[in-house]
Amino acid sequence: MRFNRRVFIGTGAAAAVSLSSPIVFAASHGKPRVVVVGGGAGGATAARYIAKDSKGEIDVTLIEPARMYYTCFFSNLYLGGIKEIDDLGHSYGNLAAAGINVVHDWATGVDREARTVTLAGGGSVPYDKLILSPGIDFVDGAIEGWDLSSQNAMPHAYKGGSQTELLKAQIAAMPQGGTFAMVAPPNPFRCPPGPYERVSMVAHYLKANNPTAKIIVADPKAKFSKQALFQEGWAKHYPGMIDWIGEDFGGGNVSVDPAAMTITIDGEETNVDVCNVIPAMKAGHIAAQAGVTDGNWAPVNAADMSTKADADIYVLGDAADQGDMPKSGFAANSQAKVCANAVRGALTGSKVFPAKFSNTCWSLIDTNDGVKVGATYEATPDKVAKVDGFISATGESSDLRKTTYEESEGWYAGITADMFG
Amino acid sequence: MRWFCKSALILTAVLAAGGGWSAELGDPDKGAVVFRKCTSCHEIGADARNRIGPQLNGIFGRAAGSVPEVKYSASMLRAGSDGLIWTQETLDAYIENPKALVSKTRMAFRGIKDIRERSDLLAYLRTFSDNPANIPEAEPTATGTDHNIDPAILAIQGDPEYGEYLASECQTCHRTDGTNDGIPGITGWPAEDFVVAMYAYKEKLRPHPVMQMMAGRLSDEEIAALAAYFKDLE
Repeated sequence: MRFNRRVFIGTGAAAAVSLSSPIVFAASHGKPRVVVVGGGAGGATAARYIAKDSKGEIDVTLIEPARMYYTCFFSNLYLGGIKEIDDLGHSYGNLAAAGINVVHDWATGVDREARTVTLAGGGSVPYDKLILSPGIDFVDGAIEGWDLSSQNAMPHAYKGGSQTELLKAQIAAMPQGGTFAMVAPPNPFRCPPGPYERVSMVAHYLKANNPTAKIIVADPKAKFSKQALFQEGWAKHYPGMIDWIGEDFGGGNVSVDPAAMTITIDGEETNVDVCNVIPAMKAGHIAAQAGVTDGNWAPVNAADMSTKADADIYVLGDAADQGDMPKSGFAANSQAKVCANAVRGALTGSKVFPAKFSNTCWSLIDTNDGVKVGATYEATPDKVAKVDGFISATGESSDLRKTTYEESEGWYAGITADMFG
Repeated sequence: MRWFCKSALILTAVLAAGGGWSAELGDPDKGAVVFRKCTSCHEIGADARNRIGPQLNGIFGRAAGSVPEVKYSASMLRAGSDGLIWTQETLDAYIENPKALVSKTRMAFRGIKDIRERSDLLAYLRTFSDNPANIPEAEPTATGTDHNIDPAILAIQGDPEYGEYLASECQTCHRTDGTNDGIPGITGWPAEDFVVAMYAYKEKLRPHPVMQMMAGRLSDEEIAALAAYFKDLE
């Protein structure tokens, strides 16, 4: 789905209707009302499935500030030069056309007594069931020397869109033989293989355009997702380019100076040309505003993704503390379907089927060298618990790796169609 | 799981019989007669050439879809890169019902239901493969198994409403419009083929790890429900 004129007009029209029409805020008496905050893999999927499956019996409002959604998944392939930015952008026009009230605004507060969501642009939206799928925000003070005001000098590029484009531009502007540094985040964080796929794709770009450049990764963790697969691939495709400094070598003892463009790892200061700081994460702000978080994340019940704090508020995706599932777009999409089924059942009496969850994360190491990890999960009284899983093996044939990459492209087309219609 | 139990029982019986492996094999001479069903598309033996289908010398131990210059279906190429190797077991399943193992194979052949005929045919094909002929544990001398799924399982009437819910999990990857790009389309699939294919993943005859995992936890009723839903999805 590319950004084209037709899609653009669709979005504009949808936005105009949803912002100007009183139907959105008032005239839904009699019909149960679901409000979804956040239009990513969790929220867009939940809104779409509730609207589709209830066949008009439920009034669904989706609150999402961005008019175009740029996926975080596959954004590393854009950094590597394998995808274009427009390949990652999706409008909400089809969801609006499917009867969902799409409101492009920020949700700034939740009144649990009155059951309303407050909007930055004024007014509030009433709900019977509220689904929060706000993704991530960053923990203040997680990296010494860095805060959100530094995100232009040292981008996180861990929310899709302008940050991703900024990081790409900075990598392209690196001097020959320059240094790219990454500060990797502590667990738990969005997309566990994401930083390491990013390292691979930056290396892929540099190998072709700046082959004497270096990559330094400061990591507070002793190990990371798909580590054997990535390190095998780095040695094969990018020998000598990548220096991963894990916990054992002081990778967690990091500070940065965005003005001077330096990074200090375990006491050693280095000048860098690009510094990608991915700080520790927490649930998107609105979850804490709603009072459903405990610490950084929102604890939920595995059977339906309702929060432990409020049975009428559900939290999906990265923001949820659900158990064994990784924080991924695939996982959020999977949780959204369980939640949609339960919410519809609670509001209309439709049949509620048992929760089933799954996840697969593909990563690209070099052109046509794809790997994957995945698992299935079930709801237990304590948490979403892992049932079974698999991971690509080291030493696989290039044919299999190519098929795996092609499969990831098929998945991207599949999940974005599943989210946005 | 009845299907699996049946295979396991046969295997156990054979193991108990000790050196009885060769007695379990079919008759290659009878197999030569059965092979006439294949000759319009396949050649075997000295000077065998690729025709509509690949030549079949050395088929045992060969990766699916791996003979150069043969026009394979996308399904067969995918099965090959996923790791499908032709063994006694996989060939038996393929010959019994080609589409159960490789959904959109170009091999327009409805299959051989009779297990005796299949084992005769495989005994004949085996004489043209280099694999160790006299080592009992090695392919292709392992005995054939009956891949017929219990008719009671095939007879289960699936609940399409449950199937629609379960299918939402499939549709993260498999497109509802049946697009066949990177990930195969599964819409409009005859229910029985769907069920047979899911069991082939459950039993790890089909090689794909994601599908082995996804099918592995589906109950008989859930597979039937999915089949009932997808057969009518255009």
